[in-house]
Amino acid sequence: MPTNIPIVENILNANDRLAEENRARIDAAGVFSINILASPGAGKTSLIEQTLPLLKGKLRVAAIDGDIATSIDADRAAAAGAGAAIQINTGGDCHLDAVMLRGALEQLDLTQFDLLIVENVGNLVCPANFKLGTHKTVLVASVPEGDDKPYKYPGTYRGVDALVINKIDLLPYVNFRMDYFQQGVQVLNPGVTTFPLSCRTGEGLDAWVEWLIANSRKA
Amino acid sequence: MHELSVTQSLLKIALDHAEKANAQRITDLHIVMGELSSMVDDSIQFYWELIARDTIAEKAALHFRRVPAELQCMTCFHKYHPTDQELVCPQCGGVGAKIIAGEEFALESIDVE
Repeated sequence: MPTNIPIVENILNANDRLAEENRARIDAAGVFSINILASPGAGKTSLIEQTLPLLKGKLRVAAIDGDIATSIDADRAAAAGAGAAIQINTGGDCHLDAVMLRGALEQLDLTQFDLLIVENVGNLVCPANFKLGTHKTVLVASVPEGDDKPYKYPGTYRGVDALVINKIDLLPYVNFRMDYFQQGVQVLNPGVTTFPLSCRTGEGLDAWVEWLIANSRKA
Repeated sequence: MHELSVTQSLLKIALDHAEKANAQRITDLHIVMGELSSMVDDSIQFYWELIARDTIAEKAALHFRRVPAELQCMTCFHKYHPTDQELVCPQCGGVGAKIIAGEEFALESIDVE
């Protein structure tokens, strides 16, 4: 006769435990860390590229870039002034997980930095399920993606600590209802810090940079 | 795509518990899966057949208990099921809801011999 063994164990526990270890390592070095999520093409790498020169002389920044293949993003971060840029190739996996981040952290002397930027794989679905151990999760939305994204990807929109709305210079040209978009955001993530900006024109970048500096000084 | 690593975790949890119970064989796994968990059961089943081979869980059947998403409005406290187009509270139109069900993704129990 079969016996039933009650378990009730979260299947993502192993990842969550490793994420806690990553956090302890980051905290021990006094670094502020962010995990940037977005769909492909929203402007994660552009945001990092535009942000780094504005942080020059203020914060020492390390970047870890996750992609399915190529080191294009880490190369762009290094060219823009990151003190260290490490590429993680997931080899087909659709998200970064805590094990991958641990491997990248081992290649960094975290004590040399104030801010660690982790750029996740472009995807609005799974990255939200896999904690990495970073302090804050930042979602980069962009105007041409459409104003229905919070409704379609509630899992990602509800879990983020800050929301960047990129490409606002395109607002006059596309049918993007900011009210409708914001309502979707507010339902599941009331009061989330929001930064409307344009990486192309530079509009709105100041507030975002100030947020990074203020948080890094606290860490 | 992430279902492979998730299925590996599932197998590991089941094997650990079966070993603790000195079981000879795992016959069934009872998994709870919320509507918002973004996991695909067909995909888990597919990887399961590959990775459980040559373990004591080889012939185990996977049972998925699905939990629908449920939100609770923080204005009028009405509980509702969100639809694709509408997240706001259908009763008062309020925004600012709490997820009270639908995010589960856990192994609830296993049957062993």
